[in-house]
Amino acid sequence: MAAAAGSGRTVSSTFRPVRTWLLMPSWVMIGIFMFLPVLLMLVYSFLTKEFRGGVIWEFTLAAYDQFLFDRGLFGDDSPDIQWAYITIYIRSILQATGATLLCLLIGFPTAFFIATRPAHTRSVWLFLITIPYWVNLLIRTVSMKFLIRENGPLNDGLMALGVIGEPLQLVNTNFAVQLGLFYSYLPFMVLPIYAAVERYNFALSEAAADLYAPKWTILRRIVIPVVKPGIVAGCILVFVPSLGAFLAPDLLGGAKTFMIGSLIEEQFKGNAGNWPFGAACAMILLTLVLLVLMFYARAQAREER
Amino acid sequence: MSTGAAISLTHVRKMFGDFTALSDVTFDIADNEFFTLLGPSGCGKTTLLRMIAGFEATSAGTIHLYGDEIEDLPPDKRPVNTVFQNYALFPHMSVSENIGFSLQMLGWAAPDIAARVAQMVEMVRLQEFVHRKPSQLSGGQQQRVALARAMAPRPKVLLLDEPLSALDLKLRQEMRAELKRLQQETGITFIFVTHDQEEALSMSDRIAVMSAGHVQQIGAPQEIYRDPANRFVADFIGETNLLEAVVTEVGEGLLTCRLPDGEVLHAPRAGSAIGVGTAGMLSIRPEAVRLSREAPTGESLKGRLGPATYLGTDTQFIVHLGESLSLTARAQNTETGAAMPQQGDPVFASIAPGAARFLVD
Repeated sequence: MAAAAGSGRTVSSTFRPVRTWLLMPSWVMIGIFMFLPVLLMLVYSFLTKEFRGGVIWEFTLAAYDQFLFDRGLFGDDSPDIQWAYITIYIRSILQATGATLLCLLIGFPTAFFIATRPAHTRSVWLFLITIPYWVNLLIRTVSMKFLIRENGPLNDGLMALGVIGEPLQLVNTNFAVQLGLFYSYLPFMVLPIYAAVERYNFALSEAAADLYAPKWTILRRIVIPVVKPGIVAGCILVFVPSLGAFLAPDLLGGAKTFMIGSLIEEQFKGNAGNWPFGAACAMILLTLVLLVLMFYARAQAREER
Repeated sequence: MSTGAAISLTHVRKMFGDFTALSDVTFDIADNEFFTLLGPSGCGKTTLLRMIAGFEATSAGTIHLYGDEIEDLPPDKRPVNTVFQNYALFPHMSVSENIGFSLQMLGWAAPDIAARVAQMVEMVRLQEFVHRKPSQLSGGQQQRVALARAMAPRPKVLLLDEPLSALDLKLRQEMRAELKRLQQETGITFIFVTHDQEEALSMSDRIAVMSAGHVQQIGAPQEIYRDPANRFVADFIGETNLLEAVVTEVGEGLLTCRLPDGEVLHAPRAGSAIGVGTAGMLSIRPEAVRLSREAPTGESLKGRLGPATYLGTDTQFIVHLGESLSLTARAQNTETGAAMPQQGDPVFASIAPGAARFLVD
C-alpha cells in the first residue's frame, strides 16, 4: 500500500481542458482560507507589536528574539537563553506524545476489533465511536473535569470499590491533560487504523501461523508492519492537534501544565496581547511539525528502497 | 489407518452451523504422493485442506500425520506448510526474508538460514530477485516465492490451495511441469486443491473427486477418466455424453442397454448390483464416438450431422439422433484438412468397443 503512494495517476486527455476549471473552487478555498492565513502569520511574526494588540508595520526580529533570549527587564542586559518558552514547548511535545501513545494503546485494539466484525455491523461500531463527538468539545472537556475531580464519580467509584483510600488528585496534573487530549482526538487514531486493518489480508496471518509464528510474533512481525501506514497517519492526526491544543490544558491542567496552545492564545486575547510574538510562537510550532513530518517522509522513502 | 500413510483421515466431518461442509470423509494419502482434491467450488475441498493445515477445527473424526494425531494442534505446531491461493506473501519483506521467515521462527542459526534460503531460491530459479519485494515481481515469480517459502522448512506434507488459479494459461501450463518436478525432486507429499480437471489429470498420482461434502471417487487419473464411479464424476472430469438407458440383458461381462428411442448399445459389465431392468445412464466420451457416411459393421446409431466447432487440434460435431437425443463427437483434425461431412448430412455414429460406461447414479 505504501508503495502505491509514489505512483501518480494521469488524467485522460479528454478531461484536461475542464480540469483546471473544476478544480478552481478548491484552489480558491485552500488559497484564501489556508495558505493566506499562514502567510499573514509569517508576516506578522516579523512586525512590531502595538501595546493594545495589533501591529505596527515596522519589520523586526524582536518576536523571535523574545522567544529565544532573556535580555533582562529593560532589554539591555547581555542575552541569556530564555528557557521559559522552550520549556513550554518541550512540555507540550511530551504531553502530545503521551496523549498519542494513550490513543494508540486504546485505539489500535478498538480499530482492530471493529475491522474484524462482520461487514454489516462495522458501520454501527464506527457510529458508536463518533457519538460523543456530536457534543461540543468544550462541554466534553468540562464534563471530563467533572468526572475526575476530587469528589467526582471516578474517585467516588474507586473509593466505594475500595481500590483507593482517599481521592486521587487528578485535576491539574499532566495525566489529566493527556486524558483530555486522548478523549478529544481518539477517533483520529481509530479511523485511519480501522481503514488499514480493514484492508489487511488475514491470509497473511494464517500464512505466518502456518510458517510456525506464534500469535504475538504474528502481530509484531506481520500485522503491525503491514498496517503501519494507518498507525502513522493516526499518530500524526493525534499528535499535531494535541501539540497546539489549548482547551484541555486550560480546563484540566493548571499553571504547571501550561502548553503551546495556551501560550499562543494568551498573545491574542485581551489587552495583554502581543500579536507578533504569538505569530512567532505559531510559526515555530509549524516549523517543528513540518520538520517531524519531513524526517518521517525521509525515513519512509529510505525504507521503501 | 494404515501405517506409512502421510495423512490418514478417519470419519472426518465439518459443520458450519447447520451446513455440512464435509460429511464423513475417510481415506489415506500415501507418502511421497501427488494427491489432488478436485471438485467444483463449495464441494468441501478447501475446507478439508484447511483442516489438515489447522486453520479449521474438525467437527468430528481424526486426522493422522505419519501416525500422529494432529487435529488438536494449532497451525504453528503442525509440520505441514501451505501455498495459499493468492500466495499471501508478506508485502513488507523481500523475497529472501519471506523464504527465511519460517526458519527464523524455528530458531535456525543465521548462517543455516542463509544457506537454506539460497538453496530454495536456486530451486525456484529466482536468484536475481532475492532483494525484491513481492509487489515488484510478476504473478509467476510470486507463485515461485510462495512455493519456496512453504518448502523451506522441509514440511512433511505440502498443501497447495488452488495455487495456479491466478496465473494466465501459458504460465499455468509451465507451472504444472514445475510443480511436478519439485514434487519428484524433493519427495514431499503434495496435497493439491483445484477445480481445474486438466490440472488434476496432468499432475496427480491420485485424485479424489469431491462434490457437496462427499468424496465421489478416488483413483489414478486414467481410472477416474475411463471408469467414473458415477454420473457426477463422468460429467465433471472431461466431457461426456450422458444418455438415459435401461438394461435389457446382463451377459458375460457385457450389458445390453436400450436407449429411449429403441437403439441398443453394449457396455462392459462392472459391479454386480446391475440386473435386467436397471435404469441408469450411459456415459460415452466424445472421442470414443466415430462418425462415418456409410453404415459400419457392428452396432451404430443413425443420425443427422448438426453444427461443427473447430477447436484447433480437434473438431467437435453434434449428431442429432432423434427428436431430443443428440451426441457429441470429437475427431482429430488431419494434417491436410480432409473434407468433412456437411451439416445436415446423414451420418452413422459408432462407439469404440468397450468405451461406453453404464452408470446407475
